[in-house]
Amino acid sequence: MLCLRQVGQPSTSGLPSVFVWRYDAAMRILIIEDDREAAAYLVKAFRETGHVADHAADGIDGYAMAREGSYGVLVVDRMLPKLDGLSLIRSLREQGVDTPVLILSALGQVDDRVKGLRAGGDDYLPKPYAFSELLARVEVLARRRAASGSGEPTVYRVADLELDRLSHRVNRNGSEIVLQPREFRLLEYLMKNAGQVVTRTMLLEHVWDYHFDPQTNVIDVHVSRLRSKIDKCFERPLIHTIRGAGYMVRDSGAKA
Amino acid sequence: MSGIAKLWRSTAFRLLLAYLFIFIVFAFFTLGYVAWNARRVLDDQIVSTVEAEITGLSEQYRLGGIRRLVNIVERRARQPGASLYLLATPAGERIAGNVDEIPAGLAAQPSRVDAKPCIGRGPDCLYRESPYGRSSDPDTVTHQAIVRVFTLPGGFRLLVGRDVEERARLREVMRRALGWSLLLVGVLGLLGGWFVTRRVLKRVDDMTETTRTIMAGDLSGRLAVSGSGDEFDRLAHNLNAMLERIGELMAGMKEVSDNIAHDLKTPLTRLRNKADEALRAARTPDELRAALEGTIEESDNLIRIFNALLMIARLEAGNARETLSDFDAAEVARGVAELYEAVAEEGGATLEVAVEPDLPVHGNRELLGQALANLLDNALKYGAATGPGVAAQVSVSTKKTDDRVVIMVADRGPGIPERDRGRVTERFVRLESARSRPGFGLGLSLATAVARLHGGALRLEDNGPGLCAVLELPLVRREAREAPAEAALQGVEPSFQRT
Repeated sequence: MLCLRQVGQPSTSGLPSVFVWRYDAAMRILIIEDDREAAAYLVKAFRETGHVADHAADGIDGYAMAREGSYGVLVVDRMLPKLDGLSLIRSLREQGVDTPVLILSALGQVDDRVKGLRAGGDDYLPKPYAFSELLARVEVLARRRAASGSGEPTVYRVADLELDRLSHRVNRNGSEIVLQPREFRLLEYLMKNAGQVVTRTMLLEHVWDYHFDPQTNVIDVHVSRLRSKIDKCFERPLIHTIRGAGYMVRDSGAKA
Repeated sequence: MSGIAKLWRSTAFRLLLAYLFIFIVFAFFTLGYVAWNARRVLDDQIVSTVEAEITGLSEQYRLGGIRRLVNIVERRARQPGASLYLLATPAGERIAGNVDEIPAGLAAQPSRVDAKPCIGRGPDCLYRESPYGRSSDPDTVTHQAIVRVFTLPGGFRLLVGRDVEERARLREVMRRALGWSLLLVGVLGLLGGWFVTRRVLKRVDDMTETTRTIMAGDLSGRLAVSGSGDEFDRLAHNLNAMLERIGELMAGMKEVSDNIAHDLKTPLTRLRNKADEALRAARTPDELRAALEGTIEESDNLIRIFNALLMIARLEAGNARETLSDFDAAEVARGVAELYEAVAEEGGATLEVAVEPDLPVHGNRELLGQALANLLDNALKYGAATGPGVAAQVSVSTKKTDDRVVIMVADRGPGIPERDRGRVTERFVRLESARSRPGFGLGLSLATAVARLHGGALRLEDNGPGLCAVLELPLVRREAREAPAEAALQGVEPSFQRT
């Protein structure tokens, strides 16, 4: 079911299978990271999830590869030899390269995110991180870029679920569903990234605008409330829990 | 030699030389001005005396003719300290007086009719400064005098003048005074300068020496403060404060790394034990898989603990201070309460929210959010009164006093015994009653650190029954804010801190 590949045996990378799902379109990802072991792990993990991943070991190489290759997403470590991550991103942006960039950083300080985003990064993930989190964010970045040409639609549709961003109305199978403002934003974000895994931290960031660790299952509770309104009376569930990663809105019937 | 070279290079010594020069020039001009003025006064006096005599003598001549004038001139010329007189025929021959002859220059160049009573060489002035010979002196020594030659009716010529030896003496006195005063200024200035320079140099050298030992690694060293409150004291004081701060930061960093190393040992051991146990006990692939998933979960927890610890440590070290901005604590309180409302409902608990509007504080919105989330999380976890099926009653309320914003998270649970209240905000401290539930014992430490970063405090109070966590933050006064519009913007797009 889904487009999710439940791997029977433990994968060769030692990656638990629950982390592995397939993304419809393969992405080309450039990993600019000086720690060879971490980079090798990422390259392998991305390849196992069906993407193409290259690796650059320092800032200068990374800069050259990012300029020449047509990558969907750049994963850039902040601290790199020869040219540090933020300068690299700044230079790329000055050169007109608008490939989405996800910054990886061992610095977890409060203002690091802001600095990273100001330098031209699109997302920020502090180390250590779970691969599922990184993968979900990278895929969202890649998708956002692919869709950027057409502009954001005013109505999101997944199967028989419809969300109108202008009138703030939600319909399923023709009947209106009344949502609280926060539930609306939650569904809006999930539907905007339909077909993609959205992690709990991503939801907290985009729906509540907080970047901290919420300790308990607060996000799960909100999603399950939303789910009870959206999916309860329908045969085909649209909000799916992706174990070990997060949530995904998807028309499960289409490919079942 | 090197001492002199050092002295020459020192700023104080150069300043001293500059001042010395200025003082010498000043003394020179002052004394010169005094001398010039004194001379002018003396000259004026001479001119008016001579003028009076001429007026008197010409009156005598008018009354009694040349004979009477000769008598008077003879008599006056003999008096001690007399002025200079010479009565001569129109041809210039001497008739009476104490001067040899009319000086040649004076005879040759008569004054004009409209000449004034001033001293000068030209025909405009009635008075001349001129050498003369005394008739009483046997030698031909010439003296200097200010004289006027007056032509009487009838062609007789009368010379009246005064010797200016006094003036020469005055000049001599002045010159000597100038010399001495210059010498005195020079000697005193050099001595004083040497003393001051020595003293200043000594203190600067002491400071250099102290800073050198500090740079060599002895961070406990401090510069001496003399207590006089002068510039050097202020400098030393500031440098000491700087050293103090550096020392604090160093100690903070050390403590952070020590604590983290220590604090991570427990969960790491747990992780290792889990893996070890799986290796020994698991037989089937499914068991192994479950064990692996368990270790991953455990390491995820480790990451969370690590992040929380790092954040607490950084907050305690004051590292986040530069990223603070003004924002509305009410928005954060409402947002976090709303975030947890669903959790409360899920667990059958009630969450009451009474948040006043507009609570401006200065700090970091994210951190305050995290702190409040921790407090709420605790309240929902531990806030249920003991007994089966009793739901937790949690309330979030705010209060605004003159200078504080108070955010209270209260529950009706068993609370925390008074003796434990100080302890629970320490890292990893979990009370016996809480051990059965998930958690790491870092939530309150983080909330405390956040409160401190904001210049406030976290107090744990008795809610009778239950616990009331009181987060106090300094209120930002509206008029003190730079741009109120910024605070309004803060709510719109709060993920970016404006600085």
